[in-house]
Amino acid sequence: MTTSKAGGRPSATVSIVLNGERRRVAAGLSVAGLLRGLELEPGMVVVERNREILSRDAIGATAVEDGDRIELVHFVGGG
Amino acid sequence: MTTIGQPDPPFVIGDRTFGSRLIVGTGKYRNNREMVAAIRASGAEMVTVAVRRVDLDRSVEEGILHHLDPAEFFLLANTAGCYTATDAIRYARLGRAAGLNDWVKLEVIGDERTLLPDTSATLEAARELVADGFRVMAYTNDDLITALRLEDAGCVAVMPLASPIGSGLGVVNPYYIREIKRRLSVPIIVDAGVGTASDACVTMEQGVDGVLMNTAIAAAEDPVGMARAMKLAVVAGRDAYLAGRMEAREIAVPSSPLGGMLD
Repeated sequence: MTTSKAGGRPSATVSIVLNGERRRVAAGLSVAGLLRGLELEPGMVVVERNREILSRDAIGATAVEDGDRIELVHFVGGG
Repeated sequence: MTTIGQPDPPFVIGDRTFGSRLIVGTGKYRNNREMVAAIRASGAEMVTVAVRRVDLDRSVEEGILHHLDPAEFFLLANTAGCYTATDAIRYARLGRAAGLNDWVKLEVIGDERTLLPDTSATLEAARELVADGFRVMAYTNDDLITALRLEDAGCVAVMPLASPIGSGLGVVNPYYIREIKRRLSVPIIVDAGVGTASDACVTMEQGVDGVLMNTAIAAAEDPVGMARAMKLAVVAGRDAYLAGRMEAREIAVPSSPLGGMLD
């Protein structure tokens, strides 16, 4: 579903697992774009992509790819 | 105890000095307004937070940084909820990536019912996190041998429990706590189990450097009132320890002179 047969157009979306939930997002979207779409401030969340933490600088330059497992975490109340 | 009213030495952990020996958590409050008010009332400067997934549907409250200013409080990320060294290391790195500091409250749980720590996994994670540049404050059992090994591993503070997390049972083994304090050089902070102000006071009377609590304040009927009580209890317990208590004896000794009584 991610790419069409040879010679065809690539599909407009890719499939990712975001915080444990399968989602489809626009192909070519950057991680920063993903956060924008979710109305999350990049300074308030930490992004882990396929078990690797993305630095704040890398968020804009990293494209979301088909099959990515992305975790968006932040600080919550705890002891 | 040679000087009269000797001043308490500063409370130093790693390279930081704290004005309060009370460290508080931010979990289980009824709302954020009450949490912030209670933390301010406690006088705590170091405050623990947890690392969790952002709720993408916004059905759960937003991140705590919207309510707690890192310029006002030193935020200490924890690894609560982790049951393996691998998970704890992952959570610690996520917390550090938030960019506030490179400190972590390391916690690796070994048992769901008691939430007692998995001490071997805690040691394993502590060694790796110290090697990775973290300042590690390690939650552990009231076990001297593990405490010594955590110190050897390079932890900046060792944090034995008073009793199980959230139990409110107070210090179940004051002798073990005192022995850990006697034998280690790094600060000893009793973490978990304090239920009310007298528990906090008794904890500090053992001579430890600080106490960390969450539920005792958050689950009180009036968290702000309990936070104030805890602040005073920690100071009172510390001062009583420094002042050196009288010898306890199971016989009465009159406080007023025996002489000078009328015929």
